[in-house]
Amino acid sequence: MNGAESARSKLEPQTMELAVNGEARQVHVGPGEMLSDVLRYQLELTGTKIGCGEAECGTCTVLVDGHPVLSCVYPALKATGRSVRTIEGLSENGHLHPLQEAFVKYGAVQCGFCIPGQIMTAAALLERTADPSEAEIRKALKDTLCRCAGYPTIIRSIQAAALSVRTGEAIAEPDLPTASDTRVVGQLVARPDAVEKVDGSAKFADDYSFPGMLFGATLRAGRPHAVLRRLDISAASKAEGVAAVVTAEDIEGEIHHGLVVKDWPALVGIGERVRYVGDAVALVAAGTPETARSALDLIEADYEELPVVSGPLQARLADAPEIHESGNLLKHIKVRKGDIKAGFEEADIILEDTYHTAITEHAFLEPECSIARLTDEGRLEVYVGSQIPYADRSQIARCLGMPDDKVRVIGTLIGGGFGGKEDIAGQIHAAMLAKATGKPVKILYDRHESLLVHPKRHATQIRVKLGAKADGTLVAAETELYGDTGAYASLGEKVMTRATTHSAGPYIVPHVKADCYAMYTNNPPAGAFRGFGVTQAIFAVESIMDDLAEQLEMDPIELRLKNALEVGSLTNTGQELRDSVGLVECIDRVSARMHEFATEPFVSTVPEGQPRKRRAWGFAAAYKNTGLGGGAPDKASAEVEIYKDGTAEVRSSSAEIGQGLVAVLQMIAAEELTVPVDRVRVLLSDTDLTPDGGPTTASRQTYVTGNAVRHATEVVKQAMASTLAERYDVPPAQIEFQEGLAQINGRKVELGKAVEIMEGEGRKARATYEYWAPTTQALGTGGDMHFAFSFAAQAVEVEVNLDTGEVRVLRVIAANDVGKVINPLGLLGQVEGGVMMGLGNAITERFIVEQGRVITDRLARYRMPGILHTPEIVSITVEHPSADGPYGAKGVGEITSIPTTPAITNAIYHACGVRIKHLPVDQDWLALELARLNGGS
Amino acid sequence: MGLWQQYLRPQNLADALHTLAALSDSGEAVAVVAGGTDILLDLDQGRHAAVETLVDVTAVEEMLEIRQVDETVHIGAAVPLREVIDDALVRANATALVEACELIGGPQVRNVATLGGNVAHALPAADGTIALLALGAEAQVASAQGATWIPMEELFVSPGEPSFDRAHDLVVRFRFPALREGEASAFRRIMRPQGVAIAILNMGARLRSDESGIIQEARLAIGPAGPRPRRAWATEQAIEGNMLDEDSFWRALNALREEVSLRTSPHRATAEYRSHLLASLLRQTLVAALSRVGQEV
Repeated sequence: MNGAESARSKLEPQTMELAVNGEARQVHVGPGEMLSDVLRYQLELTGTKIGCGEAECGTCTVLVDGHPVLSCVYPALKATGRSVRTIEGLSENGHLHPLQEAFVKYGAVQCGFCIPGQIMTAAALLERTADPSEAEIRKALKDTLCRCAGYPTIIRSIQAAALSVRTGEAIAEPDLPTASDTRVVGQLVARPDAVEKVDGSAKFADDYSFPGMLFGATLRAGRPHAVLRRLDISAASKAEGVAAVVTAEDIEGEIHHGLVVKDWPALVGIGERVRYVGDAVALVAAGTPETARSALDLIEADYEELPVVSGPLQARLADAPEIHESGNLLKHIKVRKGDIKAGFEEADIILEDTYHTAITEHAFLEPECSIARLTDEGRLEVYVGSQIPYADRSQIARCLGMPDDKVRVIGTLIGGGFGGKEDIAGQIHAAMLAKATGKPVKILYDRHESLLVHPKRHATQIRVKLGAKADGTLVAAETELYGDTGAYASLGEKVMTRATTHSAGPYIVPHVKADCYAMYTNNPPAGAFRGFGVTQAIFAVESIMDDLAEQLEMDPIELRLKNALEVGSLTNTGQELRDSVGLVECIDRVSARMHEFATEPFVSTVPEGQPRKRRAWGFAAAYKNTGLGGGAPDKASAEVEIYKDGTAEVRSSSAEIGQGLVAVLQMIAAEELTVPVDRVRVLLSDTDLTPDGGPTTASRQTYVTGNAVRHATEVVKQAMASTLAERYDVPPAQIEFQEGLAQINGRKVELGKAVEIMEGEGRKARATYEYWAPTTQALGTGGDMHFAFSFAAQAVEVEVNLDTGEVRVLRVIAANDVGKVINPLGLLGQVEGGVMMGLGNAITERFIVEQGRVITDRLARYRMPGILHTPEIVSITVEHPSADGPYGAKGVGEITSIPTTPAITNAIYHACGVRIKHLPVDQDWLALELARLNGGS
Repeated sequence: MGLWQQYLRPQNLADALHTLAALSDSGEAVAVVAGGTDILLDLDQGRHAAVETLVDVTAVEEMLEIRQVDETVHIGAAVPLREVIDDALVRANATALVEACELIGGPQVRNVATLGGNVAHALPAADGTIALLALGAEAQVASAQGATWIPMEELFVSPGEPSFDRAHDLVVRFRFPALREGEASAFRRIMRPQGVAIAILNMGARLRSDESGIIQEARLAIGPAGPRPRRAWATEQAIEGNMLDEDSFWRALNALREEVSLRTSPHRATAEYRSHLLASLLRQTLVAALSRVGQEV
């Protein structure tokens, strides 16, 4: 259509012809439609994902005439007459493209949400450059973000694919060490959900659609502290296309939800309190998302503004406005060990300093989405990517006034979680609207809403006072922490407890006193985020440990080794570590590897030809609990069933958030059943079909649900053995399972056959096992607060530009004691992603809230590290088996991320002499500080 | 209902200008879109007043050429940045522009974003604009009444406001003198890793030096150093007629400090930091440009 025809009706869809994946298509393009809308919602090519809608993340990348473009900001009509290629069009004749194959084989696929964008961007590169260098790959993928952040593996995958295309040979095997004592566990196994994630068929919540489905939108208070005085929904209710408008008055059950404390209103009622900008006030369901959003503008709400509490220190002042009836103190957490006064009296040197960490944002690439619908039987189904499906179910049921068993939560794939999908987002709202309208309702947050609403990482202020003997032996540690838990409790108490108990570091300290004040404020809530408080605490203590080493003129590594926890040590809470303490080995091995790069790593050097730059290494160590701990019952259930065709299915409600649980559970079941992995399917996260695996948090799933699967498999095997024992008249003990067969005195019976025999007797080859992790004790009892800890050390090389203050991270060497490697590819993904998240925490990420108002309310203002920030990452695996973990395994997901930040800031100090006490590093401040130190610019 | 109701794709300049003028004169809210990577987000996030019609100029053939006309290089305002970067003529004559365009957005954005869009947005630190200013470019601005060449320096009024009438005029193309003997250009910028990807400070330079190393001609542009993208006239004068040595560098830096107006951008950079960066940025940019005329500095 050209300009001269502009007189025609504007709202009429324009017809457009284009080629999509080689096929000529005619589509009707409505007002405002982007190419991604046409692809996803008209052509049902849902492999193209929407991560931000603001041209920042690259997940929506498709090729137009061979060139990658961002389809979410590409008006559909621009594609008139062009050839569009999406992830669905990459494989040929049913064969994966070499890039897809390499991503699967190398473990580049984690949560999978960004993968279509990564692969399409890479495909365009390979079509132009047959043998791309690493620099060319980094340039091409600069703005295609991966929050699981397996960037080094993505680079290796692209290079392997390019090689395969050039030579015509199969994709080379990844080069990683594997286990020698287990057949499946510890081997290189492609994760079972990888193929669907590379070919575009993987379905995340927004990829589902139901006949007659409506779209929900949420009116947010938009002010941090107020009382809702008036709400008028009459105009919105009457608007064309609006099916329902719902307010707090429509809540049939309890208004408040919450994972620990039920303090978070699903909707704020008239006369009730607004406590942060993201509080929900009303909901609209309508025929299209645009209609629902426009109807929000028709709702009139009046508020009485209240003074804002903008930080935890202010919140604790006597005259601070009270945010909750219980006051502003969520919890005062105390750790006491030994006699702190006597400890400091013993000290030859005492150092004290205060550190500040920022609020940070998970920025999982898949924004929150929930779909709720009523079934013909009057039950409620909610499709959602949630880290805790059973907690969702009970919170939804409670709010809707329904019994739990009338609600079914069906987990979809999850495009990243990192702790940010543990709390309720739109689940209850979608359910309320479905109930009000009788139709399926989808609530999809855009990135803006996601940024405003879900809980963040706690900002903290941490004061650390360390006392040591002249030889470096630590004698006393006193810490005082303030944590900003925002408007609602979420997991704030637990997070800040973990921060407090880890605040003296992974060291033997005889006298410890720690006090933490977890405070409510009018900021967005803070809750779980990979590292769970320990990230902040370790930054503080590892910074002052380096200062202590300098004051004592000791090598920073020697100081850490001198005090490192070992088997037999007591932790800060008085827990005796009886096994699985690989800290010293982590420190030693990182140190050895670092010294291969530099003989004097902590001495500043000038890179050749760059007189205004400085380089140096930094070091940090950490530990992190596996599991809930603190006396909370920590259990997981799993079900294992074997079928007549010899395949098995593993079921648990635990969540796959990218971390690779689905592979871990599959591998454990295959190991135990002695079958190939492809004989085992894994079904997760369905409250009707899968038993409760508990929350996917605290690095616990491999340990807890892994054990449940292992035991459930054992029970099924025993049941099979007893059936076969009767059938073949041998004692059950003589039946062994090997190579996928039951072996009975030389006779081999296929598993499927054994199932047939069992079913002939009216029995299923099926068992559910509820695994209870070893009991823990509450803080303050001095007993086992946790059943396992993971340990880590990292060394980081940085480069500082003395003129501009710019900091570049060049190399990271990371050793993690994970007990036992179950899935080497998954572990590498966790290490790379953990390091990158730690790097973001140090260098790029700051969620800015001023007086309760969110400044970083767009992804463009919140920068997570991309491929250009990615350093060389060397991963060293340390295996000190944990007594009760499956094959000795313990948690991995968080420990990989924790030492990175202080290792970076310690390296900055060694490079240029400036100590970073506020995160993230502010290059503006750093440059001016350097100028001041060097006597003016 | 959507960011626009009508989306038009005129195929030639006359049609585009006629359409734009006709819609504007009829009182319709209309805006020109090229790559759309700025305006669509501005519309979506409420930074741009709502529009009824978008006039997409990326199919306007007159706006899509890159060619040499006598001793000048012409670049169509709707050429995607990737094509600008890859073009042999541009690479041979305008390293500063290539370097600037390579820093705009990521590869996906550069496949659609245009120089015309970068300039028409009229932001004081637009990388493409700063490079064009340094190159001595002019913009051809057309309306239904005809077309005129306007020096880049006269194209801007205030942040976000160009001097031409966006309701009726189109930037059709840019032109700048082809490189002569002893000439080279460079572009540098300094970013921070947090927040919006806009330069804290950027600079373009075009220098001509003679065989003895004396800089005969200098053209410098810097942003954000005032309400408009700007040339650094006094700095140019301080440089011209000298070899670049420590003395002349400090004279140039002092001139630069005198003439720029630096401000604090919340959450991005303090004025003090920007001022501190001037030395590093000036040095990087001049050294890069001079190295290309075969001078080691």
